Amino acid sequence: MDALMNFGTGIFGGAWPAVWTLIKIVLIVAPMMLGVAYLTYFERKVIGYMQVRIGPNRVGPWGLIQPIADGLKLLLKEIIVPSGSNKGIFLIAPMLAIAPALAAWAVVPFTDSLVLANIDASLLYIMAITSMGVYGIILSGWASNSKYAFLGAMRSAAQMVSYEISMGFSLICVLMVSNSLNLVEIVNVQDHGRFAEWGMSFLSWNWLPLFPMFLVYLISGVAETNRAPFDVAEGESEIVAGFHVEYSGMAFAVFFLAEYANMILVSALTSIMFLGGWLSPVGFLPDGILWLFAKMSAILFLFLWFRATFPRYRYDQLMRLGWKVFVPICLIWLVVVGVWMMSPLNIWK
Amino acid sequence: MDFQTSVFYFLSAILVFAGLRVITARNPVHAALHLILAFFTCGGIWALLQAEFLAIAIILVYVGAVMVLFLFVVMMLDINIDRIRQGFWNYLPLGALLGLLMALEMSLVLGSKYFQIPAADALVSSGVSNTKSIGALMFTDYVYPFELASLILLVGMIAAIVLTYRGPKKSKYTNPNQQVFIKAKDRVRVLQMPVEKD
Repeated sequence: MDALMNFGTGIFGGAWPAVWTLIKIVLIVAPMMLGVAYLTYFERKVIGYMQVRIGPNRVGPWGLIQPIADGLKLLLKEIIVPSGSNKGIFLIAPMLAIAPALAAWAVVPFTDSLVLANIDASLLYIMAITSMGVYGIILSGWASNSKYAFLGAMRSAAQMVSYEISMGFSLICVLMVSNSLNLVEIVNVQDHGRFAEWGMSFLSWNWLPLFPMFLVYLISGVAETNRAPFDVAEGESEIVAGFHVEYSGMAFAVFFLAEYANMILVSALTSIMFLGGWLSPVGFLPDGILWLFAKMSAILFLFLWFRATFPRYRYDQLMRLGWKVFVPICLIWLVVVGVWMMSPLNIWK
Repeated sequence: MDFQTSVFYFLSAILVFAGLRVITARNPVHAALHLILAFFTCGGIWALLQAEFLAIAIILVYVGAVMVLFLFVVMMLDINIDRIRQGFWNYLPLGALLGLLMALEMSLVLGSKYFQIPAADALVSSGVSNTKSIGALMFTDYVYPFELASLILLVGMIAAIVLTYRGPKKSKYTNPNQQVFIKAKDRVRVLQMPVEKD
């Protein structure tokens, strides 16, 4: 590592820290894009088997080249800009959708040393950055100048704003028990406790004492990423394809990438905040990045499973779940955790 | 000029440009978007002052929530620009007066050193995170103003609901609780019928 640093300083001089950061960004974004591509493949396979079909199996062995073929096809297609649209905003909207999904990875830790920016307020940063993902959707709907796209944008704006509240409340519970806003610290705190001393660290992770919050966060995460059963923003049987109905080619693909990148992000955050991140579930196995990937894959599988299982929520049911069920649960559990931490039974000392 | 100063001027230039566009853009959606840009750049300038909590809070609250709802409303408005510009000259004196007042206030704050008013020293304590020190201050020294502000917000919220409340809805509605707990046997009756023979 030192040799690499010396080599870099030799070539780039004072600009080396910036170049090194760029290299690290590429090292995070490139595997994630590959992950997005293969998540789409995995989704089609999983849903295929759940519906007693085979899924893609033509391109390459077991259809493994299919996502690459799809990507190439989308790259070569023409991007059509509708004549009545607001051109500048129409083209900027997909970028606004994907930029927050990528920017949030800056503070996501993979192990306690493997993190691009280990900042103190990383949880706040994540909340702020992910809350901006909605602009891409709203602006695309408005700029398309199409009724269906506009309806999809309106629905998604209302949905994302309401589920952000319960998401934020569940994160407040996490930061109360960890006494920190730093994601690395949040994971390290989960390594302490009675069960961790007995070698059963998975019982001292946050999901058990904060179980209702874990569920609320997971479900709000599904809603926040506009995935089925909360995909009213797309709702292809009601409003064609919702906000991206006018988009074609790569502009559409960028929306697609943003949705899947957000899914991976939410699964990473759930693993870090509730499932102990890179911590090993049992005492006799070492901690490591592979545990984080295993936990993320399990949650991603849940996303696909939900899509294959549940019918779409009706709009009023969606609002009821967010405002009348999740927000009260969060408020109650916030008080419960506060009282718990002040009582002699406090387990987070 | 060191790096920090150049970043400050860069962000300020964007902020001033965005602020100007908010009041000059003809399209209300463009104006709202420039307002978002202004908030975002403002967060950047605060981050430059090492007030990372405030920087992230303005993005979280204003960009992430308030402006989404604002944009939501603005998009659905059908605004006739010419009609809005009609009373421009009538309102100009009042607007100019308010603008002058605000400029005076700002100059008083910024020129406090010149007017020999002791300005509060910005305390950047090392080791303690920004968020923690703000929280500590908010719940010790400033607890009453803080609670008062939250009460004012609550009153504002209730007032908004009261103003827009149009009485109970007379339409028929379904109870989601009953919908969720419905059983198949409440809806479907299975009959046993002997096979008919002729």
